[in-house]
Amino acid sequence: MSAQIGTADLPGHGTTATSSGGPAPVRITVAYGFWIFLLSDIIMFSALFAAYAVLSGQTAGGPSGRELFELRHVGIETLCLLFSSYTCGLGLLAVERRHLRGFYVAFALTFVLGATFLGLELSEFAGMVAQGAGPSRSAFLSAFFSLVGLHGAHVTVGLIWLGFMVAQTAVRGPRDFVLRRLLCFSLFWHALDIIWVALLTLVYLMGAH
Amino acid sequence: MEAHAGHRSASTGHSTSVDDHEPSGSFATYTVGLAFALLLTAASFIVSQTNLLWEPGVPAGLAVLAIAQMGVHLVFFLHIGTGPDNTNNVIALAFGVLVVTLIVSGSLWIMANLNTNMLPASAIMEMQR
Repeated sequence: MSAQIGTADLPGHGTTATSSGGPAPVRITVAYGFWIFLLSDIIMFSALFAAYAVLSGQTAGGPSGRELFELRHVGIETLCLLFSSYTCGLGLLAVERRHLRGFYVAFALTFVLGATFLGLELSEFAGMVAQGAGPSRSAFLSAFFSLVGLHGAHVTVGLIWLGFMVAQTAVRGPRDFVLRRLLCFSLFWHALDIIWVALLTLVYLMGAH
Repeated sequence: MEAHAGHRSASTGHSTSVDDHEPSGSFATYTVGLAFALLLTAASFIVSQTNLLWEPGVPAGLAVLAIAQMGVHLVFFLHIGTGPDNTNNVIALAFGVLVVTLIVSGSLWIMANLNTNMLPASAIMEMQR
């Protein structure tokens, strides 16, 4: 009962677009639903972040982050991801304005930058495993590989999704449902960048400090 | 969907075609966001690699820079803002932040307590003898 009174009597409530304009556009509700998914994904990451924070000192006599991390390498990875986020946003703007050529160029750049990031990360992992610092060496390294590896797995899924979306845009054209899926993809890609910021700070910068 | 979009833009008084695309931002918002993000990333690297900041304050400084950069990403890239369309997104974000804070700080708190209250492994071996 209180809910009924509450929504109707709130001052200024009637001026918002959603209540005066009927149901929200599909674009808004789809983005909202996908945003809920992204938040749950971030919560899953937070559990691994907590595990890493607890275990980061437990090196069991093995190498610590200070000895393993190369910040130059990590800096290039960060730039790749940041610029791929930017080109992804520009690609979305282009396709919403029906500039398909700009869209293809921007998403091709996004793919190349994302793949470069992934390649750098895999070479970093391979280098660590080669010098005996694989995930089974210590609790610190188990936590490191699961946290950074999960982010890398997300980037891999994102690249596959990107390929599918470019193909779908080419076949079906920039219709409403394609645009909504592209919007969801861009939200996913930007969210990965947010997780990388936390990763960069907690794992690499604080670990190498 | 087209009908709703048209109705909405009519009721809010903007021109239709621009308003339809507004939630995805503009070239300017993405560029400003990228500039802020690059600036904050560079600052993070500088803070962690030099003695610019008072030594024990470095982790706190890095945390502040990271949170600022996440805010920049949310506003300029994900467009989580203060618009009426965004109320639900912000409420969901607030709940997400609450859960993440509980998980991370709770884990650290509990594990730190366990760590300080637990006997060293050698002492446990001694008791079992």
